[in-house]
Amino acid sequence: MTSEPILEISNLRTVFRLRGREIAAVNGIDLAIRPGETVALVGESGSGKSVTSLSVMRLLARRIGVIDDGSIRFRGKDGRTKDLVTLGEEEMRQIRGNDIGMVFQEPMTSLNPVYTVGDQISESLRVHRRLGRREGIEAAVGLLDKVGIPDARRRLGQYPHELSGGMRQRATIAMALACDPTLLIADEPTTALDVTIQAQILDLMQSLQRERGMGMLFVTHNLGVVAEIAHRVAVMYAGRIVETGPVSEVFRTPRHPYTMGLLKSMPRLGTASEMKRSGAKLPAIPGMVPSLADLPAGCAFAPRCAFARDACRQAMPALSPVNDHHGSRCIRWQEISA
Amino acid sequence: MTEAPLLSVRGLAKHYQTRGATLKILQDISFDIAKGEVVGLVGESGSGKTTIGRSVLRLIEPSAGAVVFDGDDLTTLSGGELRRRRPRMQYIFQDPYASLSPRMTIGEILTEGLKIQGIGSRAERLERARKALEQVELPPDAINRYAHEFSGGQRQRIGIARALTLAPDFIVADEPVSALDVSIQAQVVNLMRDLQQRLGLTMLFISHDLAVVEYICDRVIVLYLGRIMEIATSEDLYARPQHPYTQALMSAIPSPDPDLARKREILKGDIPSPANPPSGCVFRTRCPKALDACAAAVPQLREVAPGHVKACIRDDIGYPEP
Repeated sequence: MTSEPILEISNLRTVFRLRGREIAAVNGIDLAIRPGETVALVGESGSGKSVTSLSVMRLLARRIGVIDDGSIRFRGKDGRTKDLVTLGEEEMRQIRGNDIGMVFQEPMTSLNPVYTVGDQISESLRVHRRLGRREGIEAAVGLLDKVGIPDARRRLGQYPHELSGGMRQRATIAMALACDPTLLIADEPTTALDVTIQAQILDLMQSLQRERGMGMLFVTHNLGVVAEIAHRVAVMYAGRIVETGPVSEVFRTPRHPYTMGLLKSMPRLGTASEMKRSGAKLPAIPGMVPSLADLPAGCAFAPRCAFARDACRQAMPALSPVNDHHGSRCIRWQEISA
Repeated sequence: MTEAPLLSVRGLAKHYQTRGATLKILQDISFDIAKGEVVGLVGESGSGKTTIGRSVLRLIEPSAGAVVFDGDDLTTLSGGELRRRRPRMQYIFQDPYASLSPRMTIGEILTEGLKIQGIGSRAERLERARKALEQVELPPDAINRYAHEFSGGQRQRIGIARALTLAPDFIVADEPVSALDVSIQAQVVNLMRDLQQRLGLTMLFISHDLAVVEYICDRVIVLYLGRIMEIATSEDLYARPQHPYTQALMSAIPSPDPDLARKREILKGDIPSPANPPSGCVFRTRCPKALDACAAAVPQLREVAPGHVKACIRDDIGYPEP
């Protein structure tokens, strides 16, 4: 993939201002997504992965969440590149749902319970493409077909509560894709679903993305899902990207102790009997995620890190290049290959 | 196992009446748990795993069936008789935020059960609470603090400590690690395994996460739409799953191992409604191996290997190579 990125986040810093205090939920991240590429943002609660996606969509709580620094350069369908950070709300509204599609975790909360599925899917077509109601509904039939909802015409007249969780998420994907966006932002889109339904939705998203050559920013806490869907991964911890690179390379040879710890602490199917026999424990990461309001000096992971030394506690390590496309924010990355 | 099982469930059913429909949430559930054994209940939403957990402790009333705990059928006991047995059986809840009162100190939360049961003096109860905190590796000063001062993982430890203060011999743990982040989940899984072994606890462990269940359970029961599909030891089930649903469930779990490029079996369709479950085998509408005969009768659990039963009429489907 040599084409120019459609999304290029540089030094993004997003802060929350509450009761006179300022907390940096995202603290200087860089990330680029090319057409046809899926980049996963992975991390635990409070790592800043969702705040990053909300920053790109400019959907932060007004006056509380503020983009404090950095730029988010996005190339729209018209081929022009804009910095989303400086756009006005009206211009942003032209982009959301049109150039950028969005899928969230809870399909029940992202669908409006009092409108039919057909009305909601055709809404963005009516707004952005100025289609009439009937044309909108016709287009919605095609979209529902596309996302694998059987009996599309009948489904259009139904309300969200009449659909199963998996069907609802298919409907929100249809909504997101209605205007042929060049970028799809999916924030934990399969987290609320059962595994057999998750497998269906991941399969669907992957084939739609390939077919349309969209860029995709996929936010998740699930490393298995990352391996399944993404080309590249950025691992976040306490508001920063600590490791980034191609998924297969990062998962095979992680170069940051946090990534290593996460991969090891995940129970793997079919390995437990052997562990039980040998009396081994799951290799957990000790301690807990630090509060963003009270981060330690230096590397935020140092207090939980078995590799930490004094230098780690003095200054935040820079993202060091492991190679051209793989980076680690660890001063000892050369020594810690797993 | 020559000893009588500590818990024996026979023909358990739970139906709910709604306007015009009967929801068959559980049908004909039978299984045993030996003393000191950890049995996992796995299945997707609507499979009935939580309903089993709650029915077993009679937190909800089953519609039919028997739950024999150490010789007594709990479903026939009076309120008073049931209450006398409560200390021996405890429940750990999924949501560490919703299951701890924000208005009580941790000490009050941990001693409430003892107080209700009239066990010990105030000082003795506090002593037990301190010991339980120690068992779950929380500092003793937690006793005077409130739930909101703790992280999700610490709260789940408090939930476990609450179950332990009454020195139970049987615990139902309902998705105890599902709400936790991966790095914290591993800590709590290790802790639960450790406590189970040290205290010789008998446990029914409910989870949708097959990998966690494999790690913590001796035997596993796989549920689908209110019925048991397969029961086997963890070792046997994960190496040789024999029911098409178990096989599909395992193949649907995304693996973080990039070298494991597997051909996945993606099940079509949704779980049917319990108001109108399919005739015969409830899984047949999504089963890639279904035959016409599967619609005719509900397949009975039958032994396919020592200690390994499945409710599937087919013998010729093999199992995926590990």
